[in-house]
Amino acid sequence: MEIIKIKKDHLATGLDALKKSYQLFGPVKKDSCHEFKRLEQDEQPDLNFTNTRLSPKALIYPQSETMFTYSLDENAEDAHILKEAVKTDVPKAVIGIRPCDADAFLLVKRNFDAPDYKDPYWLNAYAKTTLVGLACENPHKTCFCTTSGSGPFSEQGLDILLVDIGDDYLAKVLTDKGAALAKAAGWDTPADSDSATEDIECLKAAAEESISSSVDTDHLKELDTTALHQAPFWEDAAFACINCGTCTYLCPTCWCFDIQDETCGAKGTRMRNWDSCMFPLFTMHGTGHNPRGTKKQRVRQRFMHKLKYYVDKYENGTLCTGCGRCIRACPVNIDIRKICNQMNHYNPDTVEEPAS
Amino acid sequence: MLGYIDKIREIAKGILEDKKIDMVIGFRQGSVPMMNEPCIIRHPDDVENLVWDSHCGINLANYLAGRTEKIGVIAKGCDSRNIVNHIIENKISREQLYIIGVPCKGMIDRHKLADMAAGEIVAVDESTDSVMIKGADFESTSPKDDVMQKNCLNCTHRNPVIYDILAADLVEEQTDTDRYVDVRQIEELSVEAKQRHFTDLFSACIRCYACRNACPLCYCPTCFVDESRPQWVGKGQDTIDIHTFHFLRAFHCAGRCTDCGACERACPVGINMRTLTKKLEKDCAELYNWEAGLTIDTRPPLDMFDVSDSNAFIK
Repeated sequence: MEIIKIKKDHLATGLDALKKSYQLFGPVKKDSCHEFKRLEQDEQPDLNFTNTRLSPKALIYPQSETMFTYSLDENAEDAHILKEAVKTDVPKAVIGIRPCDADAFLLVKRNFDAPDYKDPYWLNAYAKTTLVGLACENPHKTCFCTTSGSGPFSEQGLDILLVDIGDDYLAKVLTDKGAALAKAAGWDTPADSDSATEDIECLKAAAEESISSSVDTDHLKELDTTALHQAPFWEDAAFACINCGTCTYLCPTCWCFDIQDETCGAKGTRMRNWDSCMFPLFTMHGTGHNPRGTKKQRVRQRFMHKLKYYVDKYENGTLCTGCGRCIRACPVNIDIRKICNQMNHYNPDTVEEPAS
Repeated sequence: MLGYIDKIREIAKGILEDKKIDMVIGFRQGSVPMMNEPCIIRHPDDVENLVWDSHCGINLANYLAGRTEKIGVIAKGCDSRNIVNHIIENKISREQLYIIGVPCKGMIDRHKLADMAAGEIVAVDESTDSVMIKGADFESTSPKDDVMQKNCLNCTHRNPVIYDILAADLVEEQTDTDRYVDVRQIEELSVEAKQRHFTDLFSACIRCYACRNACPLCYCPTCFVDESRPQWVGKGQDTIDIHTFHFLRAFHCAGRCTDCGACERACPVGINMRTLTKKLEKDCAELYNWEAGLTIDTRPPLDMFDVSDSNAFIK
C-alpha cells in the first residue's frame, strides 16, 4: 500500500484535474451545515467540518431514483413497454467522506449485493464511485464508531484515506480505484513510508482516544429474539417517539425504499423513493390491516432490525457505524446508544413486569 | 424557570400519591445538551426524574390525543392552548386531565445556539437572563433573548390559559410585540418572488414529516400524504409534491395553530415552515378576530357556521 503526500495547495489543483474525468462530490457549507453536493467547475470542497448533516448515502442511493420510463400513448410503438432509465456512465468520486459513512456502504451492500438478488441501480452506482475518505480527527461527543465496527481512521470501504497533518495531507492509497484517481489527479509525491505510517498511527490513536461515547453489543447475538421482542422496555423507549422519518432518512445504513409509478399525461416513470419503517404506510397491507400498526411496534422494528436481526443474519456486527446523526437530529432525544445498551443487557429472567 | 422543578415534582408526587391521576406526562433529562425527552411518570418515587428548563420546547399536548387514562400533564402557555384545541376537538376530555400550568419565559433554540458556538457544545448552563455554553476549548455567554426560539420571542401567551394548578407565579405577558413582521414581508412580494421564496424555503425538505408529527394538531389517523387508496400526493422529491404537503398541512392548521414552534424545532434541516402557519394565524386574527386555543367554549372560526356570517355565499 502506497502513501503519498499532497500539499494542501495541490489538493485543489488535483481536484480540478479530476473534474475532466470524474463527477466530483464533496462537503460544501450552506447556511450553517455541511452537505455533500456536486462540485461545480470552480468549486472546492470545504474539508473543515466534523460531519455532514445528511449522510452521503444519497450519492449512491438517491432519495428518488427513476428506474424505468414508459408511455401510455396507444399510438406509440413502445406503448406500455418499460424502458430502463438512462444512467450516466461518468465515474464519480466523493472527496472527504468520513470513514464511518464509507463503512456504511459496506453494510448496505450486504442487502443490495445478496447471493440471490443483485440490485443493479445501487451496485452500478457503487462500482463507478471512488471514495476518498478524510480521517476524522475531531469526532462529535455523539460519535461511537469505535464500538460499532468502524473508527475515525477506518479504511474499510475507502479507496483512499486522507489524513490531515497540517500543511499536507497524507494519502493512503487503498485500492486500484484509488490509485487510478491519484494518478488522474497528478498526486504522485511518495511520502516516506515509515514516518508517514508512524504519523498516521499516532493521529489515529489520538482520534480513537477522543471518542468518548460507546455502545455494548457483545450479547446481542446470543439474546433470544422473541424475549427481546417482548421486552417491557420498548414501551418506555418508544413513548417520546413521534414516528417521523428523521432517524431513518439521516442514517447512512437505512436502505428501505418504496416503488411508485408516476404518470403525467401519457408519459410515466417508475421510481423508487426512500421509505421509512417509522411510517404506518410502510407496512400497510392491501387489506387495510397493518401488522405494525402502533408506534411501539415501529420503534421496536427499527432497533431490532439494526441491532438484532441484522446481527443474526449476517454475523458481522450491527447495522450501524456509530455516526451519531440520529442522536443529534432526533426531535425528541431518542438515543440509539441507550437503546442498544438496554437491548444488549436485557435479561428476561430479572425483569419486572411493567406497571400496567 | 429553573426554580420550577421542585414545585413540579412536589405537585406530580402529590397527585400520583392521591391517585388523582394514573400518570404524569413531563420531561426527563436528555442524553445530549439542549434536549430533554418527553416521558411518562407512573410512580410517586419516580418524580425525581422530571426536569424543567429552557430545553422543554416539545409540545406535550402532542402526547395526549386518544389516551384513555387520567393524566397529569405539564403545560406551558402554548401546550395549554393546544390542550384547549384537543378538548374542543374531542381528542381528550377536560375531566381526564390534571393540568400543571407552567408560566414560560421562552425556550432555547438549540439550532441557533449550535450555530453560534465556536465548536461542539458539550454543556449549557442557563440563568434567568443568560445562557452559557461550553465546548472543549471555548466558553461563551449570550443573553437569553439572542438564543430563544423565534416563536417565543414574540409570544403573547406565556402563561397557561387553562390549568388545575400553577407551578409558579404567572409571568408578565409580552404585549408590545409585532407578531407578523416576517409575514408582511412575504405578503409584499410579487407572485414570482413568492414562488421563488417558497421554492427556496422548502428546497432542503427530505419529507421526513418531523414537522407534521411534532405538531399536536396533526393527529389525523391517516394524513392526506399517506392516503394510498387512492393516493393523493406523489412520494418523490418533486418540488410540487413537497409544496403540496407543506401548504395543505398549513391550511389544515388554520385557526388552530398556536405557534408553539414544534414544527420548526423538530425539522432536521432547518426549514422555517412557521411562515405558512403564521400567515394563516394573521388572517384568522384579521378576518375573525380569532386566536386559537384560548377558551374551550368557542370552536375555531373555520369549524363552525353562523347565520349572522357577513359573507352571503355561505347562507
